[in-house]
Amino acid sequence: MEEKLLDILEDICGDEIVKEDHDVNLVEEDLMDSLDYTELLIAIEENFGVVIAPSEVTREQMNTPNKIIGVIKSKM
Amino acid sequence: MELFTDLSFFVCVAVAAIPAFVLGMKEKPIKYYGFVVTLAFVFMAMYNKPVALAYLVGFCVYEYLLIQIYLGVRAKFGRNAGWYWCFLLLSLAPLMGNKLLALTANPYHILGFLGISYMTFKGTQIVIEIYDGIIEKVSAFEFFYLLLYFPAITSGPIDRSRRFNEDLNRVIPREEYLDMVGTGLFKICLGMVYKMVIATSFYQAVLWLGTGDGIRSALIYMYAYGFYLFFDFAGYSLMAIGVSYLFGIKTPENFNKPFISKDIKEFWDRWHITLSHWFRDFIFSRLMMRFIKHKCFKSKLTGASVGFIINMGIMGLWHGLTVYYIMYGLYHGVLLAVTEIYQKKSKFYKKHKKEKWFMFVEWFITFNLVMFGFFIFSGRFTQLIGLS
Repeated sequence: MEEKLLDILEDICGDEIVKEDHDVNLVEEDLMDSLDYTELLIAIEENFGVVIAPSEVTREQMNTPNKIIGVIKSKM
Repeated sequence: MELFTDLSFFVCVAVAAIPAFVLGMKEKPIKYYGFVVTLAFVFMAMYNKPVALAYLVGFCVYEYLLIQIYLGVRAKFGRNAGWYWCFLLLSLAPLMGNKLLALTANPYHILGFLGISYMTFKGTQIVIEIYDGIIEKVSAFEFFYLLLYFPAITSGPIDRSRRFNEDLNRVIPREEYLDMVGTGLFKICLGMVYKMVIATSFYQAVLWLGTGDGIRSALIYMYAYGFYLFFDFAGYSLMAIGVSYLFGIKTPENFNKPFISKDIKEFWDRWHITLSHWFRDFIFSRLMMRFIKHKCFKSKLTGASVGFIINMGIMGLWHGLTVYYIMYGLYHGVLLAVTEIYQKKSKFYKKHKKEKWFMFVEWFITFNLVMFGFFIFSGRFTQLIGLS
């Protein structure tokens, strides 16, 4: 699941760095804006069956690959 | 008494904060006392307008009952879109009525009361999150406290229920509370300087130098009004957040140096943040997810552009049903769409975006676009071109 998510992130952010640094701050590094974030939520729902509403968790709770993996795991 | 304006308000806050401070220092909950203080301030602000006060009480009870009924419906029928839209519209109905009545002179001041626009956000947020299954119960105390919380009742910042409740029900360690009080007092003082000194000065410039005919006076008006708007609203927000801190609630920030933004997207992450993030989370994101899931548009960029324009158009309507507010919303919607397309498509942008001179040009253009937006918002632009 982690690998699949990293593939999704690489695709959405358009940068390999998400695979190299799992703690990279996606918002501060300009890798993910609000549009990308919605795409991520849809991809998570389609691939893992986990529904995360746009307001459910704050962006600070979802701003690195590791944190995103953590949130998905907690809801699986 | 006018909140955050009259001297008597600040004196009352200073007095009312003392017991809160004692409770905070003893690590006791401040919420029950804070609720009583909130009721007292709402009453003091509105006792001479009994009709408005009655509408306020009616509104709060209406939203509360609506939410309780929806909780029951949601538990029984699950994630049903029909019921959801029904309750969503009902939660918005008082505000829509208020805005539509404003088009007529509304001689009986129906639904006209302090803070209806801002309170609606809080009620509607709860309805949406009940639908999402994130909220499963709503306590009367927490609900009324959130809706009426006096530092933020008139003009925000717009807090969210789950965040607010976390603050309410947390024991704040003494060290941290002391820190909050210090920060809060600083914010109150800074807010006073912003609103009462700087904003007032810009307002005088608007009045004295910006009201004549001709381009020069229109330009002075545009920039002076823009800065006035920022210092007035950011000043108010700082005071509201500062007073909140004294009562143990970390009301979210509303402004973060908006005039240093390098593009319009960044601007909306820095200007009236609680409003734009509310729109982002409850309108824009949901619209985009719908567009993508149902494949409404062939290209992502077209979908995003339509999303931006609808989102900001609604924001314009929320400000009021006048030509200049709607134009202001659409203007920002179009700017966001153009920015998105430019940043995704332009090779020139991708090549130069990290260079200093390019960032300066971006900042300069953004700053002037933003100021022109305020010029529209002020109503002066539509007046100049003869639209209102």
